Amino acid sequence: MTNDTPLLEARGISKYFGHVVALEDISMDVRPGEVMCLLGDNGAGKSTLIKTFSGVHQPTEGTLLIDGEEVLLNSPRDAIDRGIATVYQDLAMIPLSGISRNFFLGREPTKGVGPFKRFDVAKADQVTREELKKIGIELRDTSQPVSTLSGGERQSVAIARAVHFGAKVLILDEPTSALGVKQAAIVLRYIAHAKEQGLGIIFISHNVYHAYPIGDRFTVLERGRSIGTFEKDEISIEELERQMAGGAELEELNAELQGSRPSGSEGSANGKSD
Amino acid sequence: MAQSTTGEETRVREVGVLRRWLTRPELAAVAGAILVFAFFAVVAGDSGFLTGGGTATYLEVAAQLGIVAVPVSMLMIAGEFDLSVGSMVGAAGMIIAIAVSQYGWPLWAAVLLSFLVALGVGFFNGYVVIKTGLPSFIVTLGMLFALRGLTIGFARLLTARTQIGLGDAGSGSLLTSIFAGSIGVFSASIIWWLVLALLGTWVLQRMVFGNWIFGVGGDAIAARNVGVPVNRVKIALFMCTALSAALLAAIQVLDAGSADVLRGELVELQAIAAAVIGGVLLTGGYGSVIGALFGALIFGMVQQGIFFTGVSTDWFQVFVGVMLLVAVLFNNIIRKRASEAR
Repeated sequence: MTNDTPLLEARGISKYFGHVVALEDISMDVRPGEVMCLLGDNGAGKSTLIKTFSGVHQPTEGTLLIDGEEVLLNSPRDAIDRGIATVYQDLAMIPLSGISRNFFLGREPTKGVGPFKRFDVAKADQVTREELKKIGIELRDTSQPVSTLSGGERQSVAIARAVHFGAKVLILDEPTSALGVKQAAIVLRYIAHAKEQGLGIIFISHNVYHAYPIGDRFTVLERGRSIGTFEKDEISIEELERQMAGGAELEELNAELQGSRPSGSEGSANGKSD
Repeated sequence: MAQSTTGEETRVREVGVLRRWLTRPELAAVAGAILVFAFFAVVAGDSGFLTGGGTATYLEVAAQLGIVAVPVSMLMIAGEFDLSVGSMVGAAGMIIAIAVSQYGWPLWAAVLLSFLVALGVGFFNGYVVIKTGLPSFIVTLGMLFALRGLTIGFARLLTARTQIGLGDAGSGSLLTSIFAGSIGVFSASIIWWLVLALLGTWVLQRMVFGNWIFGVGGDAIAARNVGVPVNRVKIALFMCTALSAALLAAIQVLDAGSADVLRGELVELQAIAAAVIGGVLLTGGYGSVIGALFGALIFGMVQQGIFFTGVSTDWFQVFVGVMLLVAVLFNNIIRKRASEAR
């Protein structure tokens, strides 16, 4: 299912805000039909990295490649036009605005010409209804405010919007972290669906248990640096979690909490390994 | 089986229509306008409130406020305030009067100049709000004082007066009938008001720009992330509010035949009140122009209605204050229902 040219590739990306080093020499890529998980604790640099992918920030050093071609993304619009769609944690939705109006915000279908050019509300309603039906959300009224949807439904609508507008790469910022188990399942099922359609998905999470079942590869960030990239079959969920928490540190914490049984040298050795 | 499904869908649709009606942002303003009308029809019906002339007077008061309230409500839906519109009315009026009476400009050129200055002031407001990131409340509050001061200062400097007549420059000209003419007992300002309200509703409901306005006001960052040109939308709306103030100034100057540096005082707050009564959310992202139209109508009916009852018009503002509070409470309930009901 995967082919050789990554849809999106970062080579040695660094980002400085004044004296603050937000990202240091990050390299990663995502290929078609793959879920690439970007893991890390709070403040690891996940948000800065995806904002670089989505054109909000420009890297201080390093290059971005889309379909193997070097690009400079100056704005979110640039990224969207090149098929990089980001679904933010806060969803980029207007809660009090209608669902179909949200679905098409910034990309409204029009009809008529000149001064009579207008927002094609009927078409927007129809497309929204069809797209949401595909992901199992039946709407009574596409003009009802987005705030009437559940968290999982909202997340799915945001993803459906990105797919509808021709995204090749979907960047999902903590899509499941604010959701309950059932709601998260709706979103995960939809991500699997998008993956089957050949999209490349970057799944950002600080929770290994949300990321592991859906992920194919995992890149772990810590304090703006990449600890490493792991294929799913070469790393267990426990080991991945240990990597995220800084390996040895977690071992020590475990030992402390249990009051005895100091862990062997195995843990710290693994912590250093790539 | 198929039949029962159809039946269910029909039922859902009926509920949907009713629900949609009861969750419209302008519901409170429409209901309020009907209540206020009924009240004065009963109390002051005999003393002229219901006559054509009575209707024309309260419609004119409503129209003069409504002309400004329409763009102000759209700006508020986009999440910004313009407190400088009142001062803009005074400034634009003086520009017309000074250009005509002091420098002998033709009327059309003077009006055009005032419109261009207004567009410039609106652009400046928007540009400063965006570039500094300061709340528009502060930026336009500054403009409220500065513009009024400039108007008074320049008026004294150039003419040594603060009230300037147009002489006979306006009489009989086409512009005078466009801005200050009348159809029967109804003044041209009423037509301007209704046309602007229709235009504003068209923009909000049927134009792409309208969807952007809701997006910008609902969540500017989210809107920018999906590619909405947030800054352009805001600046355009600031230019519209200032332009509407200049339009009101032209109407007032040509109607009265003179300009006064103090014209337009409190219009900015009345316009915000009309918008809020009309269901516009103070934090942006929600509301309608039709609501603001009814908000202005309530203002006009109360102001003139009290006059017809024979009670001192000093009490007008008390009524407006109470009305504002009740309307906002009611609007909160509606909005809560709209955002939660399924």
